Amino acid sequence: MKIAALPLAALFLLAQPHVASAQLAGEPFIHDPSTITYSDGRWWTFGTRGGGLVSEDGWTWRSGGERPGGGVAPDVIKIGDRYYVAYAVGGGGMNGGHASDVKVMWTRSLDPKSPDFAYHEVGTVVSTNGLEPADAIDPAFLFAEGRLWLSYGTYYGYIRMIELDPKTGDKMPGNTPVDVAIDMEATALMHRDGWYYLLGTHGTCCDGPNSSYNIRVGRSRSPTGPFVDKMGIPLLKGGGTLVVAGRGRQYGPGHFGLLDLGDSVEKFSMHYESDLDRGGRSVLGILPLLWRDGWPVTGENVPAGTYEIQSERSGGALELAVDFVRMPFDVRRSFFASPGDPTGPIPNQTLAENRASWPAGAVEVDLGDYMIRSHQQWTVTPAEGAGGAFGAPYYKILITGTERALATGPQGSLQAVPVFTGAPEQLWRIDQLTDGTYRIMPKAQDDGKHPKALVAIGRSTPALTTFDPASDAGKWRFLRP
Amino acid sequence: MGMPPSAAFGCAIALTLLAPAALPAQTAGMVEEKLPPPTGLAPYFMPVSAAATAPDGDGFLRRWLLLEPVVKPNRTNAGFTPSYVRDVLAPATFPGRFDAVPRDGESVQGGLRWHALDSSMFDMKLFYLAQGLGKPTYGVIFWAVTVVHAPREMRGVRLALGSNSASRWWLNGNDVAGLYGDRRMVMDDVLSRPITLRKGRNVLRGAVINGPGLSDFCARFVDADGKPIRDIQIDVK
Repeated sequence: MKIAALPLAALFLLAQPHVASAQLAGEPFIHDPSTITYSDGRWWTFGTRGGGLVSEDGWTWRSGGERPGGGVAPDVIKIGDRYYVAYAVGGGGMNGGHASDVKVMWTRSLDPKSPDFAYHEVGTVVSTNGLEPADAIDPAFLFAEGRLWLSYGTYYGYIRMIELDPKTGDKMPGNTPVDVAIDMEATALMHRDGWYYLLGTHGTCCDGPNSSYNIRVGRSRSPTGPFVDKMGIPLLKGGGTLVVAGRGRQYGPGHFGLLDLGDSVEKFSMHYESDLDRGGRSVLGILPLLWRDGWPVTGENVPAGTYEIQSERSGGALELAVDFVRMPFDVRRSFFASPGDPTGPIPNQTLAENRASWPAGAVEVDLGDYMIRSHQQWTVTPAEGAGGAFGAPYYKILITGTERALATGPQGSLQAVPVFTGAPEQLWRIDQLTDGTYRIMPKAQDDGKHPKALVAIGRSTPALTTFDPASDAGKWRFLRP
Repeated sequence: MGMPPSAAFGCAIALTLLAPAALPAQTAGMVEEKLPPPTGLAPYFMPVSAAATAPDGDGFLRRWLLLEPVVKPNRTNAGFTPSYVRDVLAPATFPGRFDAVPRDGESVQGGLRWHALDSSMFDMKLFYLAQGLGKPTYGVIFWAVTVVHAPREMRGVRLALGSNSASRWWLNGNDVAGLYGDRRMVMDDVLSRPITLRKGRNVLRGAVINGPGLSDFCARFVDADGKPIRDIQIDVK
């Protein structure tokens, strides 16, 4: 995964090779990751073959977890106190041709160290015989409106949907699979606002940086279709609107998995077929998920750069609360100049001119009308070695051209301290929200269960308090200065 | 085409700057003003009733002791930096004893009188107080005091303010908020840090400074969730 998912960021990183890595930390090596699932205080994902990855913060991933049964491309879903795990044995055109079984088992914990860790076999829920136009691999769960669905399949024929019993994980009696798409594999499902979304991977897998994997989507009012893409092209005829493709140094994203963190923070996991920064290996990636006109689109972690940080509530710019420094200018030039009078450029106010009014110590931070001034411009950069959360690094936020760092202040206030030290009070988690704006939270939190975010509690007053996803007060935009 | 008062006023200021040789009568106290006759306090103000009152439905405090404007010439509001405003609006510049609540009708040095008034609006329209009394409207400082009776100790509340133009605010003698720069009055512009309303009597004091502008302010207390606090009583004694 790479923070800089768009060209702007990619250019920045190319220009500044020493910037902190914007990828997940640890050893995030995996292929066909299952939906990232929380169990026993940690986050788990399982891949092809038996192992998986585990993380405490969604940023640093290590090998961990045990998934018996072998096979390929599992998925996990928690219903009640059970974690159901589906995985495929056979198929995929390898070894056993296209004859394959999707099996389900369950456990009450994904953590092998937990006393609740014990898998119970449910059995085979769907099969393909190798002759029919489908291959029962790559299962994906969806629990919506009280019903449990499983999609599966690959390029060999159809993607299919079948209903399972959420009480047992077994197939519903009398239920038969329904064809819902072609030209897909590694499908995933979502349900939102009455729509069922079928995501799948197009392109070629398993060929390193020559893999053309990319993730597509269609939607339907029914879990059994018909699914169509944004152009109205049926997925049964090859439709699929692009959600994410490779970018920067990461090639071939595939195997979507929704990671809904609540409070309008949604992310998705995938694997990149090839991460050139990690020897071209297949790695886990996590990116923000946005919703636009009822369709999922890929978001972007804040690219390193210089910004006005603008409140969605008031339009005010985050700024040092210092005496305003005027630019010398005779306003009569604006109104009374003749057309032929000189119109040469006038320089912006410089940092040196602006900072003449700044006190030496910590300065309170408030919101003001954006005046294109140095005390309102922030350089936002991933903090080297500071870690991150769910695919986004912790950032340092400095007044551009200075070491003055945005930091938490007394009584939930904000301040800019003279020097960045890397303390948790100066590190910021920036999550893109589903509407494209951002939530900003300090790494330092007094109460981990009730974290505080940067919120415009007044038109001109920011403070650290509870984030409300229904309000614009806690939403921010990063605008080019 | 209609134009909101503030915008029309902004244009007037621009013209003033462009044509300094043709200054109108109202010039923010920079020259001797020939004041228009008093227009009275209605419809924006009325004398306070005998009993204490509650905040309005949105929690705004509508009962205040207001001092007639102190002349403080400022031809523009561009200089209302935090440094300047903290200097001119300070306990030391309060006309009278800063720790005392003035009485209705009391006069201070210079002959300025305190008026105990209820507002018919959510905001206290200081410009129209001055105009109504036949006092200078531009280039002025207004002082305001009210007394908040809380039925219990209320911790973690915030004072939410808006003012035209800059202002400073003290609760029980403690500096709790400042609004700086050339501001227009909007509700909940600046919120104090979390503060405590004592059980019983609390004195809230503020000062608003304006050069050329339609002076007013609004104030309310909100809880930690930003909801207005209404179960308090407001009085002027």
